[in-house]
Amino acid sequence: MRRTVDEQLAFLAHRQSDMVAVAVRDVEAGHAEYASLDSDLRRPIELPEPIKLGHKVALVEIAEGADVIEYGERVAVATADIAIGTLVHVHNVRSTRWQLA
Amino acid sequence: MATGLTGYRRPDGKVGIRNHVLILGVDDLSNTAVEGIGRLVPGTLSIPHSYGRLQFGEDLELTFRTLIGTGANPNVAAVVVVGIEPSWTDRVADGIAVTGKPVVRLSIERFGDINVIAAGARAAAKLVQDASEIQRVPVERHEVMLSIKCGESDTTSGLGSCPTTSQAVDRTVAASGTVLFGETTELTGGEHLIAARCVDDEVREKFQAFFDDYLSMVVAQGVDLLGSQPTQGNIRGGLSTIEEKAMGNIAKTGTVPVVDALSPAQAPTRQGLNFMDTSSAAAECITLMAAAGAVIHIFPTGQGNVIGNPIEPVIKLTANPVTAETMSEHIDLDVSGLLKLEYSLAEAGDRLMEVVDRTINGRLTCAEAIGHREYVITKLYRSA
Repeated sequence: MRRTVDEQLAFLAHRQSDMVAVAVRDVEAGHAEYASLDSDLRRPIELPEPIKLGHKVALVEIAEGADVIEYGERVAVATADIAIGTLVHVHNVRSTRWQLA
Repeated sequence: MATGLTGYRRPDGKVGIRNHVLILGVDDLSNTAVEGIGRLVPGTLSIPHSYGRLQFGEDLELTFRTLIGTGANPNVAAVVVVGIEPSWTDRVADGIAVTGKPVVRLSIERFGDINVIAAGARAAAKLVQDASEIQRVPVERHEVMLSIKCGESDTTSGLGSCPTTSQAVDRTVAASGTVLFGETTELTGGEHLIAARCVDDEVREKFQAFFDDYLSMVVAQGVDLLGSQPTQGNIRGGLSTIEEKAMGNIAKTGTVPVVDALSPAQAPTRQGLNFMDTSSAAAECITLMAAAGAVIHIFPTGQGNVIGNPIEPVIKLTANPVTAETMSEHIDLDVSGLLKLEYSLAEAGDRLMEVVDRTINGRLTCAEAIGHREYVITKLYRSA
């Protein structure tokens, strides 16, 4: 499957069901689009803040204490409420495995 | 079947893709003699290292297995083994000689460095001349043992460089080849996915025991594990947790079953994808995989690891466009187009296999060209 180069694309999710997607370039605040690697999904998303290459954006509202799903698996737990379109990183999620022993 | 691939067939029938003459130290004390021989005979490859004295038990056995495996690796044509005293020197030299390749042994006690360097240089010069006449012959893909390990990972690793590596794993196993993966602790959060891929309960139990033992060792240190995993480089690249890192790591292992779970530096006996219990530190891990017989390594990176290995060519690829641009002398393949959906994963896999095939046939990797030769013995505990 070959697709044309797409300058609009800002984020890629591993799976359509994931709660986060990864910035494939430095993305400015405002209107952006994301796609999924496992489907033809294509959706718009509004960003209140810029997100740098390689960092994750929340595709859904994530409540404090909720599992964060990426690759179809739990990869973290939210340590704060996370709004759609905002950065998901070490300031608002934590490991459920490796922590202070 | 004609593959267009060529390599060096060793006396034991195994296939290498390089033709090194090693000067291999048994212990730290021999490094001066090892490097002295290497300076006099530039066609050799010196392997000094930091251990080999007063080790005992499982730690000593692992050091022997690593040194013997390094010399026995099919990328090596012949070896000069140098140790401080004869008995451990013999242990290493005898282990390598089982392969049928030429092995010369020298010990320093009763002779001194200068005599050993002179004798070693005479022997090494002859071995280099003899090795120069060994011809490349046609080989099959399944004879070229592949290892994989990722490093300086970021979220682009999970999106691009690791899934591309996965293509090479599946294609190599489909051709009846053998592939090694490891990085025990960096499976944390995804270990159930590897366990589920083990071919039977026996392999699954071996894998789980390796994983549980390693995690117990880490936990027993009683430190804040978040200080080391994910690393600062990982976090800068956007990775938030060890589980997220593990998912990217596992994304490079293909879709094939896990046929065996191996001890560190243990040579695989089963064709297919083998797990090996290793550290996730790049140099330690690849040193163990080369000692198990792997002759070509694929290393996906995000933020830009610069790793090489003295005897096993390391191919590095990245999907991070910043890394590809700013660290081009380290990157053998740029797959950043995957992030823009410029081409499919299968096409990225085709590009990687082309690099693999050219490397098998003799093209130097970036790491070989600029002299990255990291060799690190895994130490299990303090010496006596």
